[in-house]
Amino acid sequence: MPLIAKQIYFGFLFITFCIYSFFVYTSDTPSDAKELMTTDAQAGKVIYQQNNCFSCHQLYGLGGYMGPDLTNVISAPGKGEIYTKALIMSGTQKMPNFHLNEQEINSLIAYLKYVDKTGVSPTIKYSINSDGSVNYNQ
Amino acid sequence: MIKKNLGLAFITLGLIALLGGLLFGSIAALQFVFPGTLDSLPFFKNRPLHVSLVVAWVFLSSVGGIYYYLPKFIGAPLYSERAGRFHFYIFVLTGILIIFSYFFGKFGGREYWEFPPILAIPIFISWIIFGWNYFKTVFTTAKNWPVYQWMWGTGIFFFLFTFTESYLWVLPYFRNNVVREITVQWKANGALVGSWNMLIYGTAIFVMEKIKGDHSMSRTKIAFLTYLLGLTNLMFGWAHHIYNVPAAQWIRYLSYIISMTELILLAKIIWNWKSTLSESKKDFHILSYRFLVAADIWIFINLTLALAISIPAVNLFTHGTHITVAHAMGSMIGINTMILLASCFFIINDATDKNYTTGEEKTIKSGYWIFNISLLVFFVCLIIAGAEKGIGIVVDKLSFAEVMAKINPILIVFTFSGFIMFAGILMVVIPPLKKAFAQLRK
Ligand code: HEC
Repeated sequence: MPLIAKQIYFGFLFITFCIYSFFVYTSDTPSDAKELMTTDAQAGKVIYQQNNCFSCHQLYGLGGYMGPDLTNVISAPGKGEIYTKALIMSGTQKMPNFHLNEQEINSLIAYLKYVDKTGVSPTIKYSINSDGSVNYNQ
Repeated sequence: MIKKNLGLAFITLGLIALLGGLLFGSIAALQFVFPGTLDSLPFFKNRPLHVSLVVAWVFLSSVGGIYYYLPKFIGAPLYSERAGRFHFYIFVLTGILIIFSYFFGKFGGREYWEFPPILAIPIFISWIIFGWNYFKTVFTTAKNWPVYQWMWGTGIFFFLFTFTESYLWVLPYFRNNVVREITVQWKANGALVGSWNMLIYGTAIFVMEKIKGDHSMSRTKIAFLTYLLGLTNLMFGWAHHIYNVPAAQWIRYLSYIISMTELILLAKIIWNWKSTLSESKKDFHILSYRFLVAADIWIFINLTLALAISIPAVNLFTHGTHITVAHAMGSMIGINTMILLASCFFIINDATDKNYTTGEEKTIKSGYWIFNISLLVFFVCLIIAGAEKGIGIVVDKLSFAEVMAKINPILIVFTFSGFIMFAGILMVVIPPLKKAFAQLRK
């Protein structure tokens, strides 16, 4: 393969990649239409990261494997805000008690409430199309 | 000490990082199945220790290889030896800071490779230095680069790109929108892995050529087309990580289509096997060659799995389960570690004049089999656990606790096989590590 062909193909790919990246960054997300993250929820996100909740928990099936997916813990039947608060406050045999104060826990709840509104995980309702693609949660 | 042995210093430290990563990984696995184990170093500290040390192994050994091969085999003396040493010291210092931050409970809290964000700055700087040194060095060689030189350059370039991208979350535009944040994070993670794959696969081609003494391999049309196909997938084929995230539909479709082009790679592997099987028997006694053969088989297994989980209809059941872990571990250990060990054996052999004693050689060879067989058990356990979890949650609508109770026995077997694998790797790694130390002390 001549050098110039390699250079052209590489250059073409890279420029396409830059344009593509721009479109990914600016593509629609469900939360555009709904409410934005409150400052309280933003603080909650920071606490979530600082305590490495991701090492055990997932959002949208991404993260750790020891604990349950927390995307919809706020709206799940039999769970919800009070349950979540109590669990974070006490910890369990597997989940440490992080000794967070009331304010921090409220922020975490605000964050989880926000996440809950953005979508559904794990996928329970779905339909599979003949091309192998899937309609999620419809 | 490292003045004349820059490449060797990198890979020696890499081998140590590998052993450290395996140690913390083993503890984490124990804690996963037997809660309460070693509470003084809890799981949420062990997990990032494990991940970061293994990532360090990948970078140290692939970068060390490049530093070693350029002057010694490619006829391109480093543009700046000094910058290379500086790179090494930044790496060591940042590594120590990252490890300490975990011990003190300071995290970055990302889903995958995480550490306090401020430490991304020295990492970024060290790669700028490395990239500058690399390109200054290779631009002095003939313009008609073999494919591995392209791959190394691409790996460095895209590391910088995607590493930056993976920190876009610090901007409110990304951070305050969870769907966008996750989407961009996994776009970056996918390409980050793709960028180190470029470094590693380039190394594999280089070592294979040297063993075979056939310098045309890295200049064929097929070699370049394969590289470009890999690059296309690095850029656009990452979205299987986020199929279920409510991001824009077109991102999913495009990625699905691009991912399927990897079928060509699969076909190529099978085709190559037909012609090289008898040859591989001939060279199997060469230690580094042996690891490349194992990597080849693991590439086949992992590529098949990757293709399967890139189909949304399959991904639906595997996403968020241990099948994803099987994919990650299979590639990290079966492919990357095998190739990088091949490279380490090659370099340590070349850098030192002493041969292995018969006892050492026996240990390495038995370790090799223990390593590979236990890895297979490890991998299969994760597939079974993942399938049970996926079907349990998506089809049978079981609760998380019910699923975990169901898969715990298989995860115990998984943990056990992990320990045996650790033993196998120790047998493989200790003899060359001893040789490398002796050389560095000279
Ligand atoms: C060491 C692992 C670990 C870490 C770290 C961890 N958790 Fe947990 N968490 C668990 C486990 C395991 C459970 C399930 C309950 C059990 O089996 O003990 C759980 C349960 C929960 C639940 C209830 C979920 C449900 O569906 O019932 C919430 C909410 C929760 N954790 C929030 C958090 C938050 C917030 C953080 C970070 C501050 C965190 N967890 C960190 C392991 C962890």
